[in-house]
Amino acid sequence: MSGRTVAEKILARASGLDSVRAGEVVEASPDLVLSHENTFLVDRSFSEFGLSRPWDPDRVVVVLDHRTPANTAETARVHAKIRETVKRMGIGKFFDVGQGICHQLLVEQKLVRPGGLVVGADSHTSTAGAVGAFGTGLGATEVAGVWATGRTWLKVPETMRINMVGHLNRAVFPKDIALHLASKLGPSGADYKCIEFGGMFLFDISISGRMVLCNMAVEMGAKTAIVPADATFAAWSPECKEPPGDACRSDPDARFESTTDLEMERITPLVSGPHRIEAVRSVEEFGDVRIDQAFIGTCTNGRLEDLIAASWVLKGNRIAPGVRLIVSPASRTVLADALDMGVIQTIVNAGGTILPPGCGPCLGAHEGVLGPGEVCISSGNRNFRGRMGSDEAEIYLASPATVAASAIEGKVADPRRWLTVDL
Amino acid sequence: MTSEGRVWKFGDDVNTDMIIPGRYLDRYDPKHLASHAMEGADKDFASKVRPDDIVIAGKNFGCGSSREQAVVALKESGVSAVIAKSFARIFYRNAINLGLLVIASDSAAEVFKDGDMVAVDLGGSAVRSKDGTKMAPLHKPPERAMAILRAGGLIPYIKSSLGREVG
Repeated sequence: MSGRTVAEKILARASGLDSVRAGEVVEASPDLVLSHENTFLVDRSFSEFGLSRPWDPDRVVVVLDHRTPANTAETARVHAKIRETVKRMGIGKFFDVGQGICHQLLVEQKLVRPGGLVVGADSHTSTAGAVGAFGTGLGATEVAGVWATGRTWLKVPETMRINMVGHLNRAVFPKDIALHLASKLGPSGADYKCIEFGGMFLFDISISGRMVLCNMAVEMGAKTAIVPADATFAAWSPECKEPPGDACRSDPDARFESTTDLEMERITPLVSGPHRIEAVRSVEEFGDVRIDQAFIGTCTNGRLEDLIAASWVLKGNRIAPGVRLIVSPASRTVLADALDMGVIQTIVNAGGTILPPGCGPCLGAHEGVLGPGEVCISSGNRNFRGRMGSDEAEIYLASPATVAASAIEGKVADPRRWLTVDL
Repeated sequence: MTSEGRVWKFGDDVNTDMIIPGRYLDRYDPKHLASHAMEGADKDFASKVRPDDIVIAGKNFGCGSSREQAVVALKESGVSAVIAKSFARIFYRNAINLGLLVIASDSAAEVFKDGDMVAVDLGGSAVRSKDGTKMAPLHKPPERAMAILRAGGLIPYIKSSLGREVG
C-alpha cells in the first residue's frame, strides 16, 4: 500500500477519517472559513437558514479588503452592515478597513497552521498553502452553508508534485517561477488538482515567496497548492514549538499524478502579456512596450520582501515622466515594517504613490483604474481583458522588481539592469 | 430536468471578469448584474439574451475570481443552462449551489452554432437541435450536484437536511 499525499492527509483529518485517496468525495470540516466584502452575500444567504450565528464563530474570519476605504456610498453601507453582523454573531477574527488583504492576514497573523483546512469566498484562498495548509476557494453561498453546518463536500484532488532544483538567478523571484509554470500549464493545466511544491532547494524560498507560488497556482486552475512545512517554516514560526511532523508532508511513497523537476537556473525575469496568463515571454522580448502605470501590491506580491526588492531598484532613481507608480502594501504590518526600514521613503522619493493596505486597483474597483488605451505593468495575478478598468486597457504581469524597473524606464524593463547585486 | 432555448456560443477560458466585470460588483442587485452579463465577451449579450437561452462554450468556463455574481448575472438574464467542454471548479460549484444547470459536453461546442434552437435532455444525457439534425452527448452532473439542483440550490438543500436533523 502506497503512502499518502499531504492533501490526502489534511482532508482525511478534516473529515474525521483514517485515510482517504484522491478521487474520493469527503465531508470536511474546515479549521477556518474566510470571507471579505462578500460577507454581505454570505450573511444574506445565511439568514435564510434562520440561525442566529455560525456553527463556530471562532473559526470564522472576516476581512474588509476589496474596496477599502469605501469607494462608494453603497460600499460604505455594505461595510457598516458587515461590522454589525460580526458584532452580533460574536465573530472575533474581524479585520476592518486598512488592516490588509485577507490572504496576507491569515498567514501573517498566524491564523492558519500547517495541516489546516481553510475554505474562503475568494479564489486566492490557496495562498494559505505557503504554511502547509490546504486552502481552497468557494462561492459566498457555499460559505454560508459552512457557517450553518460546519462542513462542506470536497473531492480529494490528485497531486502534481513540482520539485525545485537549484538556485534562482539574480533579479529572478518566485513570481517568475509562477509565470514560468503558467506558461507551461496554461489557465486550466492544473484544473481540480493540488500543486505540491517540494525539493531540498525549497529551503531558499521564504514564506513570502511560497505565498506567491500558492497564490498563482489558482491561475492555472488548481484547487489548492501546498508547500509542506519545513525548516524554513519552523524558523519563521519559532513560537510553534513542535516541529511540523509527518501529518504535514507527503509520504516518500505517496502517489502523485505527476512529478516534475523545475530547474531554477533556467528561469529568467518573465512577463505575462495581455490578456492571457500563459502569454509569458522573457522580459527583453517586451522591451518596446511603453507603460502608463506600474502597480506593486496585491495578495500575490505586496509583501515586505516585494517592497524591498522594488526599493532596491528605485533607490536614487526617479520614475519616468508621465508614468504613475502605485504601491499598495499587503497589510498594515507590511506598511509599518516598510516605513521602519525606509523602504516607503525610497519609493516616495522616486515618485511613487502609496495606497492604503488592501486589494487596491487589482480588481478594477478604485485607486488606479485604467482608461482606454492605457497600459499597466502589475505585480498582481490576473491580466484578463477589462480586469483593471477599461476593456481597451492592457495589463502585463511581472515581479515587483520588474515593475519597479519598468516605472523608471517608462516601458517594460529588465530588472537586471537595475539590480546589479544579489539581494 | 429539461431546458430549451437559443444557443449563445463562446470560446475557451471565459473568465468571471468577462461574465461580470469587477466594477459592477459594488451593488448587489440581480437586475443590475444581468444588465452587464457577459459584457467582457459580447457587449450585445445583455440586451439580446432571451429567457431560456443556453450558453455553449469551450473549456475552463468561469475561470478566475470566485464571485458568484457571475452565476447570478447569467441566471437573472434568463440563461437556463451552460454547457461547456469543462468548467473552472468554483464557477461550477457556484452554479449548482445557486440552481443554474451546468453540464459538461465534449462536443457541443463543435456541433452547435450561435442561434441554434436546442433542447437539453438530461435523462437521455444529450443536447439536440430542435430540428432533429444535430446532437451532442452530455456528461450528467454527479449525483450530489443533481441532488442540490433538484432541491433548487444549496440553501433549500441544506434547509431540508437541517430540518431532518432537528426533526
